This record gives sequence, C-alpha cells and structure tokens, in this order.
Amino acid sequence: MIQHPGILALLVASGIVSLLLAAAGWQGFRILRGWDLRSGSEVQLDLERRTYLVSTLVANALLIQILSLFLFIFTAEGLHNQFVGAMCAAGSLAVNAYGYPTLLMKVATCLLAGVWLVLHRADTQGYDYPLIRPKYLLLLILVPLVLTETWLQLSYLTGLKADVMTSCCGSLFGQGRQGFAAELAGLPPRLMQPVFWGTFAALLGAGFLLLRFRRGGGLFSALSLTFLLVAVTALISFFCLYIYELPTHHCPFCLLQREYGFVGYPLYATLLGGAIAGLGVGALAFFRDRESLTAVLPTLQAHLAWTTLLLAVIFTLIVGVWMALSPLRL
Amino acid sequence: MRPSLQRYRNILDFALSSLLRRKGRNLALISVYTLVVFVIASLVFFVQALKREAHELLAQAPDMVVQRMVAGRHDPVPLAQVEAIRSIRGVDEVQARLWGYYYDPVFGGNLTVLATEDAALAPDAIWIGQGVARSMRVKEGDLIPLRGYDGQSTLFSIQKVLPESSELVSSDLVLMAPKDVRALFHFPEGLATDLAIQAGNPRELPTIAAKIVELFPDSRPILKSEILRTYEAVFDWRGGLMVVVLGSAVLSFIIFAWDKATGLSAEERKEIGVLKSLGWESSDVLLLKFWEGTVISVTAFLTGVLLAYAHVFFFSASLFEHALKGWSVLFPRFRLIPALDGYQLTVLFFLTVLPYTAATLVPSWRAATVDPDAAMRS
Amino acid sequence: MIELSQVVKTYQAGLATPFTAVDRVTLSIPAARLTVFKGPSGSGKTTLLTLIGCMARPTSGRIHLHGLAGDALPHLAPAEALEITSLPERFLTAIRRRTFGFIFQQFNLVRGISVLENVLLPTYPTGEDPRAVEARAVARLESLGLARHLRSSVDRLSGGEAQRVAIARALINDPAVIIADEPTAHLDSRLSEEFMDLMSQFKDAGKTLLITSHDPIVYDSDLADMVVEMRDGRVVSET
Repeated sequence: MIQHPGILALLVASGIVSLLLAAAGWQGFRILRGWDLRSGSEVQLDLERRTYLVSTLVANALLIQILSLFLFIFTAEGLHNQFVGAMCAAGSLAVNAYGYPTLLMKVATCLLAGVWLVLHRADTQGYDYPLIRPKYLLLLILVPLVLTETWLQLSYLTGLKADVMTSCCGSLFGQGRQGFAAELAGLPPRLMQPVFWGTFAALLGAGFLLLRFRRGGGLFSALSLTFLLVAVTALISFFCLYIYELPTHHCPFCLLQREYGFVGYPLYATLLGGAIAGLGVGALAFFRDRESLTAVLPTLQAHLAWTTLLLAVIFTLIVGVWMALSPLRL
Repeated sequence: MRPSLQRYRNILDFALSSLLRRKGRNLALISVYTLVVFVIASLVFFVQALKREAHELLAQAPDMVVQRMVAGRHDPVPLAQVEAIRSIRGVDEVQARLWGYYYDPVFGGNLTVLATEDAALAPDAIWIGQGVARSMRVKEGDLIPLRGYDGQSTLFSIQKVLPESSELVSSDLVLMAPKDVRALFHFPEGLATDLAIQAGNPRELPTIAAKIVELFPDSRPILKSEILRTYEAVFDWRGGLMVVVLGSAVLSFIIFAWDKATGLSAEERKEIGVLKSLGWESSDVLLLKFWEGTVISVTAFLTGVLLAYAHVFFFSASLFEHALKGWSVLFPRFRLIPALDGYQLTVLFFLTVLPYTAATLVPSWRAATVDPDAAMRS
Repeated sequence: MIELSQVVKTYQAGLATPFTAVDRVTLSIPAARLTVFKGPSGSGKTTLLTLIGCMARPTSGRIHLHGLAGDALPHLAPAEALEITSLPERFLTAIRRRTFGFIFQQFNLVRGISVLENVLLPTYPTGEDPRAVEARAVARLESLGLARHLRSSVDRLSGGEAQRVAIARALINDPAVIIADEPTAHLDSRLSEEFMDLMSQFKDAGKTLLITSHDPIVYDSDLADMVVEMRDGRVVSET
C-alpha cells in the first residue's frame, strides 16, 4: 500500500512538518534558555534573529499541515474501493485503529499551530517581546503533538492492507467490517437543529459583547471552539442530508466530492479558520495586562473576532442556502 | 491599495526583477526542478490513466465471473452449471463464455480469442482489434492463417477491425464464431471457459458467490469489485515503486536546491545587506525570498506538468511504457484518454514543491538575517 | 537631540579575540546641526554611527533619541525621548526607516536596476502609494540634476552622479537625520565641495547631519558645528 502516490505524498508532508517543527522546537528551547532582553550581547542578538527562523518554520509547517489534512481525507476517499465494505473515506479511516485518531490529531495540531501564529503576531507588535515565554512553551507542547500525529499517520498508512484477490481463494467475503458512515449518524436532527442555531446565536452575542464592550474574550473563545464541534456534529446529523438529498446518508467526507460541488472545502475551511481566530482571541486575553501590548491587543482581538464571526456567518449561509434549496424535507 | 497589500506587491515586483537579473543561475535551477516535476508527473498521470482505462474496461465486464478449479488450476466449466446458477435468487443472467489465448509465432505475441454469438459475423470470418491489425499488418478484407491445436492452419477473412474507442479493451482481441473457437483450440463440447453472471443488486453478489461455492465447491467466483481492487493495487504498486526509485532523484534535487540557496553569492549577500541598511526588515527579506521561491516553483511546476501531460497523452508515455504496462506486446501504441484531476496535481505538488520549499527555508532565513551594518563595514 | 551614555560594542565576545569597536562612549549630539566624526580608520566612528542609526544594537549602554523618532511606538508621544538599545529589530527598522537616511562610502547602489528603482528601494516595505513616492523620487532626482538618468541603469553613472543617486535615496522617506559615512572618499575636491554645498542646504532645511570623515574639506568646513575625534573606539576630543 505504501507505494500509492497519495500515501507517499502524505508521508513526505508529515516528515517535513515533523522536521520543521522539531527544528523550531529546538530553536525555541535555546531561546527560552538563553533569553535576556536587557543584554545586547551577541548571544542575545543571535537568539533574536532565531525568532524569525522559528516563526518561518512554524508558519510553513502550519500551511503544509492544513493542506495535508485535506489530502489525508482525499486519499482515504480514493482508497475506499480497496477495502471491502468501505463506501467512502469514513470506511477507509475505520480500516484500522489509527485512522480517526490521525484525523483528530491533524485538526488539533492545525488549531494549535494557528493559535501559536496568533500569539506570534501579537508578540511582534510589542516592543519588548512580551510573549516570548508563553509562545515558546506552547511550541514545546506543539512539537510532541505533531510527532505523535506523524507516528499515528505512519501506523495508519502502513497498516493498510488492501483486500486483494489471491489465487487460492477468489472471493473474500468481507462481512466482518461495517460501513462506519452509518455509525456516525450522530444525534437526531430534532435535537441538533436547536443546538446548532443556539450556539450560532450565542457566538454572535459573545462577539457583540466583545466588540462593543471589550469583554468576554474567554467566553467568545470557548464558544468559537464549541461552534466548531457543534457545527461538525450538525453537519453529520442533518445538514449533510440536505446536501446529499438522501434522508439516511450521514457522511462528513462525501461533502468534499465533486458531486456536491466541493462544498466541503469552504465549509471545513471556514470552520477551521474561525476556530483558529476564535481560540486566538482567548489566548490573547490571558496577556491583556502586558504593558507593551495594551495598545495593540484590543485591535488584534477585534480583527480576530471579526474573522471568526464572518467565517461562522459564511458557514451558516452556505448550509442555510443549501437547506433552503434542497428538495429534501425532513 | 492598502499599504500591507502594496508591500506584498512591491516586494513581488522586486523579486521578479532580481530573478531576471540572475537569469543564468535561476534558469539552471528551474530546468532541474522542471525535469524532476516532469518525470514524477508523467508517472502519476500515466498510472492514473491506466487505472481509468482499467475502470472503463471493467465497466462492461460482468458483475461476477465463475471459474472452475481443478488441482488449483483454472479448468473449463461444464455448461450444466449454467441452469443451476441461474436459479439462484438474485441472479439476473448467466452467460457461458468461450475464450482463450492464441500465441502467434510470427510476431511473438498473445491474442485473446473470444467467441461471439453476434449475428453480424459472417461464417469463417473474424473481427480483430487495432493492435492485431497493426502487428500483423492486415486490414479489412485480408485473409489470415491461424494455426490450430494440431498444427493445421485455417484461413479466416477479416470482416472488421474493431474501432479504437478504448484500445486497451479490444487491442489484442480476435472475435470468432463459437464453433471456430472450439475447432481452433480443440475445445470440448459441453464446456465453457468460464461463466459471466449479472446480478440485479450488486450488494447481493457476495451472497450469490457463497451459494455458488456451496453448490459447486470446485468453483471460484470472482467479483468485478475484486478485480478492480486488484488492478488498482497493482497499478499503484508499480507506480509507487517507480516513485520510490525516483525519490532518489528528488533527494538529489533537494540537495541541489539547498546548495543553490545556501551558496548565496557575495554579490547577492551584499545586495541584501544594502536592502537591510535601507530599511528592509528581516521579514521583508523573508517575503522577498518567499516570492522568489514561489515564482521558481510555480514556473517549474507548471512547465513540468504541461510537458508531462503532453508526454503521457500525446506521446503515449514513451519513456516508461515498458516498465509499467508490459503484460502484452500488443499494447505498443495506444493513446490514453487525456484527463487531469485536482488530486493528482495536489499529490504532485506535495512530492515536488514541498521538499523544495522546506529545503530553502533555512537558507532564506540566513540570507534574511544578514546584518544591516554589513553594508557599512564592507 | 541624540544622547549616548556608556555605549559599548564588542564583537566576538567570549571568543579568544574579543574586539571592542566602541568603548564606553558618552556623547550628546545636537539636533539640526552638522556633527563630524573624525579619526583614523578602525577608530570606531562608523560602528558608532551604525549604533546611532539603529542598524546594530550596542552590547551595553543606552542611546536616547529626543523628539526624532516620530510615533515609532504606539504608546509614546512623538516628542518623548525614546531609548532604542533594547528594541527588537522590527522596531529599530521602523525607526530607522522614518528617522535616518544613510549615504554609504561605496554608495551601495543595487546594480542592474535603474536609478529611479534604486531611489524607490527604501519605500517598498512601507507599502506607501506608489504614485506618491514615485513623484517624490522624481522631484528629488530632478533637484539633484539627475532628471535625464531616471531610467538608465546605475552601472553607467559617474562617481558624482552615483553619490547623488545615493543621496536621493537617503532622502526618499524624508528622514530627520542624515548619516554619511566617508562621503568624500571617492570624490575629487570639486565634487567634495559640491557635496558640502548640498549638506548645507539640508542643514538649512533643519536636518541633523552626522558625517564620518578624515577629509579636511569636511571636518574643517565652516558648516561643521561639532567635531568629535575618535581613536580606538573612544572619544578623544569634542570641539
């Protein structure tokens, strides 16, 4: 299996991401240990130069990680007909125990790397490197997570064995495995509908509170993460039914296919982007008392909050319009 | 335009102009880069095109084929089984197929000889595929001799050369009447090569297969989906093997790129020093390097992909046809149907652009952190 | 005013051969005046100017800019004193861009691009409206008598012309301070006099001028309000 070009591409990408982040982590560790802003020694100047290296490495790693998140799903999608019983990516991912953990870790590392870049952005706007310590501590958390993700993905991909015909036995009666899509059917729409719209309204409310009165950054942040989770559940539970126009097809991955106008890409991209920006608001809220940031943080937080709200509205508009236009009525 | 956007544009403009100023060096880099993209892209496109051909080939294939096994070998199936299988619930249609391979000593290749009940076929006449016509240098109306099992040659007139819709299917095909097939191979009456089965609902196929094995324990049912899976795996495996081999090419390219990026000329180092002394910041220089890399990557990637597209679909992948196809000498000249999809391009991007980008990150950073006062001290 | 106190710059500290280029310099440099730094080569005058001009950070000591840095930091009023020695590179660069214009000994023009592009180089990262900056650059080049060279490559300029391009480039962001490092080293006497005439115009326009030189045309000029003599990284005399 390992020779499938898509799998090779994924392995190459995760190898690169691990390498970049391991290098960034090592630099981060050196920076944490040797940092002394008051000093103008060559060591300190060199460390300050290295902060540019770290941010370049992390930014590139995040970009590759986001791309490979989609490539991962796409590859799983393309492999499904090599496994008996797998109807789409949902089935391929369930082939062994590492598929779904890999996916979740990919999402988690994307979110965390995004938050790191938000912190970095704030840090560069303060005249005394105000966030240098939290930033590099977070990086030291991110590195093992990414390495774990690489290991999980490697285990998943090397564990894939296609159900290929053998000469002695023609038919493999693959009744042992179940289509995983059906199990992911999620909660009944009757429950999920109000939960989704409620979360959406709460997010808008918290956004108003934050933008108007500069309060509730933590709340907004928590709600934006909740919105991500609720929105994905809602997608599986009922939005996708309208998109597939089938009352029983609950698959979060088929959305990415051509038949459905690749609608999954904007949907997941808005969710991921919104969650990163929203979590960034919360992460920054911890540091609003840093003197060198008092002048810049509110603006940055406002930008991020606007981004989250805008992306959430776009997401809701897409699914809303699709629901309205769909011939399916639940 | 907003200042932050204008900054991107300005620095992109400057990146383009500095790439042009160092034409020789950058052309060398782009050529090697393009070559790497070209080879890997040709391979990925070719494997993908073969897979698609296989899919089309199997689109017309029966849902399931039943063979009989004797001593672990494929053996003719008694026609008596047809009725028994037809009575299984869910089976729409059972067709006994009669076919075999004919080795032609003159041009040293295998033909697939298949019996057809088609009423349009004239007696003592055959229909042949494009590949057969090409290698035997025959056309409609010619007579060709085929050597039977006993060494006696029989003359057949060629009534029709099959159209080229998808060559992989019909290229090596010879269609003749059942009685001619039996005579040519001395194939006993009452037996068929295998049975083709169509089911109303494909989901029932595994159940039907189980019942057939129950009825005739010496039979081997093969599902279309299994064949498809096997094809895919085989194609992927072969293609992947080549990609792995080519990995060494990519690796040496990365070393080349690293070397190019690290070996910043004194002139260029001085120039960056000047820019920094003029008020460019490290991140501005990083952006400059990012743009340079992007322009180089995009140019090389697009050129390589376009060349590979032409290579695979207009020149039939002449470079590694033999390595990849090679199950019959009858495939020498078939045209693959052009197609391109986003997934293939993404995979290519991952295999070529990402390693290049990663290899140039540290050198770019080194360039960007040249001391601004270097310009004063020189 | 620029105030330096106990400024030290050491290279290769911790290695076997540490080299102190600037050694405990304490100095006040008045605004809107011409200050000349003289001394033999290797006396630390160029390094001192890179420290003042935010190109490098001192190993220790403090440098204050009074009312020169504009609104470089969001929380500071423009007139306040700004201590620049512990600022991160991006802030130093921002200050340098708007406060200092540099004229280098070797002119440091980027070869292979036109005169106009060379003058525009410092404005690329600021993302200002390109038409406005281009108009500014053209006007500046015209006033320096370079109108007919706008589009020609800098490789074809004479020494005096190249320096005037460098001057136009130093002025493109309208800095408060102009720093020139051995500006007359590659010029004959006539061109050196012309250069000093230009400097006097800038001084009249209220610019602060800092010039290193061991050319008597510069340090004996009537324009020089203060001459700082340096040797072995230390200030020997101020007059």
